Amino acid sequence: MSAIPGTLHSPKQVADRRAQAPHTSMFTRMLLRAAVLRRRRAAAALLAMIVAAAVATVMMNLYVDVQAKLRTEFRNYGANVVVVGKDGQSLPAGALAQVEFTAGPGSKMLAVPFSYAVARTKDGQSVVVVGTDLARARQLNHWWKVSHWPDEPNQALIGMRAANVVSPNRQPFELTFQGRPIELTPAGMLQTGAGEDSRIYLDQSEFQNWTGISPSTIEVAANGTAADVESLIRQLAQLLPSADVRPVRQIMEAEANVLNKTRATLYASATLVVLTSALCVLATLMGWVFDRRRDFAIMKALGASERLVNGFFAAEAAAMGAVGAILGFFIGIGVAVWIGRANFHSPVVPRFSVFPYVLAGSVAVALISAILPITMLRRVQPAIILRGE
Amino acid sequence: MFARIVYESFRHQARRKLLAGIAITLGVAVATAMIAVATDIGDKINRELRSYGANLLVTPQEDTLDVEVGGVNLKPPSDGAFLNESDLPKIRGTFWHNNIVGFSPMLPVTVKIGYGGGAKDVTLVGTYFNKPLHFGKQDFTTGVRITHPWWKVEGSCGNGALPRPGRVEDSPAACGWPNDDSQDVLLGERLATKLARKPGDTLDVAGRQLTISGILSTGAAEDDQIVAPLALAQQILGKPGAVRRVYVSALTKPQDAFATQDPNTMTPEARDRWYCSPYVQSIAYQLQEVIPHSHAEQIRQVAQNEGTVLSRIKGLMLLVTLAALFASALAVSAAMATAIFERRVEVGLMKALGAGNLAVSAIFFAEALLLALVGGIAGFSAGALLARQIGLSIFNSQISIEPVLFPVILAIAVIVTFAGSAAAIRRAVKFDPVFALRGEG
Repeated sequence: MSAIPGTLHSPKQVADRRAQAPHTSMFTRMLLRAAVLRRRRAAAALLAMIVAAAVATVMMNLYVDVQAKLRTEFRNYGANVVVVGKDGQSLPAGALAQVEFTAGPGSKMLAVPFSYAVARTKDGQSVVVVGTDLARARQLNHWWKVSHWPDEPNQALIGMRAANVVSPNRQPFELTFQGRPIELTPAGMLQTGAGEDSRIYLDQSEFQNWTGISPSTIEVAANGTAADVESLIRQLAQLLPSADVRPVRQIMEAEANVLNKTRATLYASATLVVLTSALCVLATLMGWVFDRRRDFAIMKALGASERLVNGFFAAEAAAMGAVGAILGFFIGIGVAVWIGRANFHSPVVPRFSVFPYVLAGSVAVALISAILPITMLRRVQPAIILRGE
Repeated sequence: MFARIVYESFRHQARRKLLAGIAITLGVAVATAMIAVATDIGDKINRELRSYGANLLVTPQEDTLDVEVGGVNLKPPSDGAFLNESDLPKIRGTFWHNNIVGFSPMLPVTVKIGYGGGAKDVTLVGTYFNKPLHFGKQDFTTGVRITHPWWKVEGSCGNGALPRPGRVEDSPAACGWPNDDSQDVLLGERLATKLARKPGDTLDVAGRQLTISGILSTGAAEDDQIVAPLALAQQILGKPGAVRRVYVSALTKPQDAFATQDPNTMTPEARDRWYCSPYVQSIAYQLQEVIPHSHAEQIRQVAQNEGTVLSRIKGLMLLVTLAALFASALAVSAAMATAIFERRVEVGLMKALGAGNLAVSAIFFAEALLLALVGGIAGFSAGALLARQIGLSIFNSQISIEPVLFPVILAIAVIVTFAGSAAAIRRAVKFDPVFALRGEG
């Protein structure tokens, strides 16, 4: 900005300064003078540029991030992979450790072991008793409605319907498995609306001490894309030949279905929004260039070559596009982070990889908006423009 | 004179007017399409979420415990209570019958089949596949093919007849599914491997020769079971009309604090409001009303989660729609501002001839109004087509445009055009006519 002479300088000072200034700066000076002298028009064009770049940044960020966010939501549906011993056999002792090792450290995968036995109540009714890691089951199955999780030894979690049979008044009750009795206290009631309601859940170690049965099923909630889950399934199947490793199709297919539809809708909307923003830039910048047809005419009248004039307007548009893209990008990142907080209650990670696209797109749109009016003006004689017609 | 100036302005500056008109049309089209998609997305995603399967389970009130481990039913077959099959069509008679996507009755029966020299207990489940039913004047079909969309069947296609176009039962995906009134069964994938059977083979079940029409793959307990038409399972069990449980798939509204209240403790008005909202709880309540001696419960794994997913996606689309509206408003304003700024000379001439600021502004606003109305109508139609296209290509179903949207969109178009023009018009009339006429500025 210091290259621009202020009004307070005397003509001599200005002349001195101009003499000292390198001649190559004429181009730059013309660019800067144009922006300063028509502040309001330049600001309007720049604003349009910034808004368009910001909106484009928000949409691209969301498009990339929302899929990951939605996948996390979908994991609330519970396990998407199950590892089951063949023919109902127990899994080998190290199976759980192997499953966790396969997923690798730091992955948000959750593996929960389950073991099943059919026990008898005092009056001879059969009831399914399940041993599991209760803390993990709680994390895996968010939808379980539990009045109180067991926190003391010999406490059990009792399904709604099982409770009516074994312990209608929440009193301690006795179960026998192959002649071995166990005394249990109901800690809380479990309600799921499905098969779990007819079962009794115990801590795995207590269950194993009582029945001697080790886990036959591991339910796994694996994060990541469908391909990630597929490869996890293949690896697990190789590591555990004595087990069936299979995807929970109900969960996986529905997830893929909903995710694809959402992504497609978001893609269509993002395209529309970005196109509309580009249109806004086009309208504003075309006005800005068209408005300066007198500058254009004077430059040509003074003998500027076609190339120089075109270059000048193109450089101006490109500079505006670049500045708009940079400012708009940071505003857009801010908005995307806010949307992440507001809608998904977790921040969207700013994706700087989007920046080159925003920058290239902005400059391209700006160049198009500058070149269109110039080609229109080229056909007009400078004299006609200067006469104000 | 006023009308003539406006008319001549459109005639002589057809190209510039066209540019501004196109900007308005495009802006309005994008806004219309986005509003239409955003208002309909809840319903569309709700239907997609139904691919997670049934969200309600109806069981007999006096049922004994299920004793089932790994898909093998250990409960004595005749033990416990049953629902009556003839009560099931009444599900279509509930208040929210239009929200019921489908239902499937289930009747598990333990049967012995020859296996490796000996006999083995296997669970045979009777159900509807795609059963035509009618309730009152309504005809409908229902069954696992609607409620359990992840069930895949591999089987031989066709009895030689040519497929009839547009009929579900003739599409390639329908190959291998048994008829609901036949004696054909589906064999679970893993059971089929163990028994070394393929589609077309017969299976000796409880003294009957049953034809295997297809191999079923579900990724769950059914892979070790036999799935048969309900009537066949009832014959084997010797209990005609018996159903153990019914899976119901319903479109529901995300639940809130009001939904979980006990209807019996509500005031009559609140109870009416609760009853007439498609909460999963109120639909369960209504199912209990129409099916005698039944207990309906939400399947929490499906019902609880779909509300969250649905509200996330709806929230997201709302924000995107706001962004779209903002971008279109800016585009329209920018186009209008540019169009007016170019006409300073004209303004100068009018003012030099003695026109007041009001008269000049009135002309510009009249032009803006005309452009906004024409652009608004064109944009609304284009947006409606766009929304339809988005609906067809993504969701395979139409996105309906509410007619009430039309005046709203038109009003928005006029307001945005006026707002976009206002600043430019003010600057144009303030401009000194002398400078404008000399072509400076």
